[in-house]
Amino acid sequence: MQYELAEPRRRVSAERRADVAAWADRISPAAFIMPAVLVILALSIFPLIVSAYLSLARVKFEKGGVTVTFIGWLNYKKLLFGSQQFHLIGTLMPITPAGWMLVALVALLLAWWLVHVVRRGVGPLGLVGRLLVAVAAIALALLIASAAGEGGQLGTIGVTLTYVVVGVCVQYGLGLGLAMLCVQNLRGRGFFRVVFFLPMMITPVGVAYTFRMLTDTTKGPFAPLWQAFGLGDFAWASTAWGARIAVMIGDAWQWTPFMFIVLLAAIEGQPREQVEAAHVDGASRWQIFRFITWPAILPVTITLVLIRAIEAFKIVDLPNVLTNGGPGIASESMTLHAYSTWRALDIGGSAAIAYMLLFIATFFCVAFVNLVRAGPPAAAEPQR
Amino acid sequence: MSLPARRPRMRGINDPAPGWAALSHAALGFWAFVVLFPLYWLAVTSLKLPIQVNDGPDYLPGIDFEPSLHAWRYIFVDLFVDTMRPYMNTVVVALCSSVLALVFGSMAAYGLSRLSYRPRLASIASFIVGVAAVVVATAQFGVPWTVALAIGLAVFVLLALGLRRHITRRLKNEDIAFWMISQRMLPPVAVVLPIYLMFQQVGRIDSDIGLDTRFALTVTYVAANIPIVVWLMRDFFDTIPLELEEAALVDGCSRYRIFWSIVLPLAKPGLAATFILVLIMAWNEYLFALFLSSANAQTLPLTVAAQNATRGPQWWYMSVLIIIMILPVSALALLLSRYITRGLLIGAVKG
Repeated sequence: MQYELAEPRRRVSAERRADVAAWADRISPAAFIMPAVLVILALSIFPLIVSAYLSLARVKFEKGGVTVTFIGWLNYKKLLFGSQQFHLIGTLMPITPAGWMLVALVALLLAWWLVHVVRRGVGPLGLVGRLLVAVAAIALALLIASAAGEGGQLGTIGVTLTYVVVGVCVQYGLGLGLAMLCVQNLRGRGFFRVVFFLPMMITPVGVAYTFRMLTDTTKGPFAPLWQAFGLGDFAWASTAWGARIAVMIGDAWQWTPFMFIVLLAAIEGQPREQVEAAHVDGASRWQIFRFITWPAILPVTITLVLIRAIEAFKIVDLPNVLTNGGPGIASESMTLHAYSTWRALDIGGSAAIAYMLLFIATFFCVAFVNLVRAGPPAAAEPQR
Repeated sequence: MSLPARRPRMRGINDPAPGWAALSHAALGFWAFVVLFPLYWLAVTSLKLPIQVNDGPDYLPGIDFEPSLHAWRYIFVDLFVDTMRPYMNTVVVALCSSVLALVFGSMAAYGLSRLSYRPRLASIASFIVGVAAVVVATAQFGVPWTVALAIGLAVFVLLALGLRRHITRRLKNEDIAFWMISQRMLPPVAVVLPIYLMFQQVGRIDSDIGLDTRFALTVTYVAANIPIVVWLMRDFFDTIPLELEEAALVDGCSRYRIFWSIVLPLAKPGLAATFILVLIMAWNEYLFALFLSSANAQTLPLTVAAQNATRGPQWWYMSVLIIIMILPVSALALLLSRYITRGLLIGAVKG
């Protein structure tokens, strides 16, 4: 690898410098970046390659060592089509007419979108990317439709995507609403800002246990409320959607603050003159939000959603502690699935799940960035 | 409720409409309750006897039930040693890994912001093939790792020399930065197995740096947090004007000197924000700790999780642990909350 300096180097009286100093300066670009590169290579890239290999192998623990046998894509086959399909993808049932209607609706929307995209004109790469997104969306619609059939169930892929999509939307909505309220000149807003910040500090494991206490319908603080509604013997963790919602509530409690503080700062950083001018001209609050604030915070929004989505794909502590992935596998995320597979000593299967998670997360994030960046042309310049 | 003297002439943009203020207060108050109630419940639960927890909800200590310090006594007196070990582990691992990640990360961020790197694509591709060769040789054919390393090195050199004529593309700073930041996208579970195996092997040579040591956790957290540091600090360095550094260069300062005595002091707010963020992440991390540590290097999140014993969750002990775990970071974060907002915003705006 070779490095060059950005600016022409100004050698000031080179002969006065010791050779060592000159050498140190010459390698300074490498010296600055190498520690980080080496650490990442050793603990991210190297493990990633090993993991790729493990996902194609069967690992057996024996006395005094491990044997690794290369078995090709059998781990993936087992997860995608074989005995573990129910766990990863879901219990698939014949699609009901209503399900077919959903799929048809999605397909129609996608077709309309693609036609629209082609008319507006995109490069070949963009078109391929959009086609891939369309295929993924159709596959997802099919998956949802067949898991919604009688006796069907979502697998860990569907559950993880639910956590990501619903979680990020809810957290963003709450964060934006609170931030909009908090920019007003209200008494005690300093207090609110500090308090809203707190949940981010707590370890997710702690959050999970706290919410296990709070959601307990017989001993939790809201037990009288539950009993008043006649739900005294209802347990969150005993129904699939109850468990999933409990996980999402915990997640929202912890991560709404993150959205809140960044959006608050972004809203306060919006161009004052425009807002004042619009205000004087008699624009309504909604108009000011729609045409000034929203474009101003759009870049921040994109990045925020991306950051949270990246982290949300990794969710593991909450479902593990709050519901133990249950009932059955109903609230299990992909990371938890990989962990439990590892606990069952199926190292290859675990690596295969992790790789599929990596693939899905990367696909999702890259698609999101490309579609959003290309999408609304109104996106304002990041202003600072 | 409003004092006319303090009000501006016209209702300002950020002043709420009269009825709206009450509604806003109600909404914000509700969310404050949502945030604070779980914390209150933790505090209350830590003062309860097991029987009081299992009986059903009691809300006010001293009125609904007799507060007892039994859980605090158990954690701090009876189990003092068992509490302090994970506590010290967490403190040491979180602090060391945050400092190291901050140092390495900001160095790389500075390099990526100010200097220009143009590594050949061919070299990188050959390097990856070389590593893959090492992995396959050891795992598949049982070649000893020293020999495999030599093979990998040979593959790397030969390929790099052979390819550099044909693939002349070079990467730019942007590509390197994107690569580093994209490491954040990596699910920990995808890399934790090899890291586990790696430290297992290292531990056979020297058990002080193998599995279940603070060293293993620290190194792993450094790697996990460098991407965030690079991302935030690069954007921060980009906002610092170049003139000072150019002047120093003309005066013959070395790059290291410039970095250390000019750039770093100017970047203090960014450093503070990044440090807090990274510290919180390392402090609360669960998955890596779950794989890489057991009794010896256990960190607090695991201790909390371990209170779910065979007799069912020990809510009272758990509450105490969570509270003593939250306090230090919360205090630190509240002190620096202004910086955090700023640091986060710079990262988020630039993307």
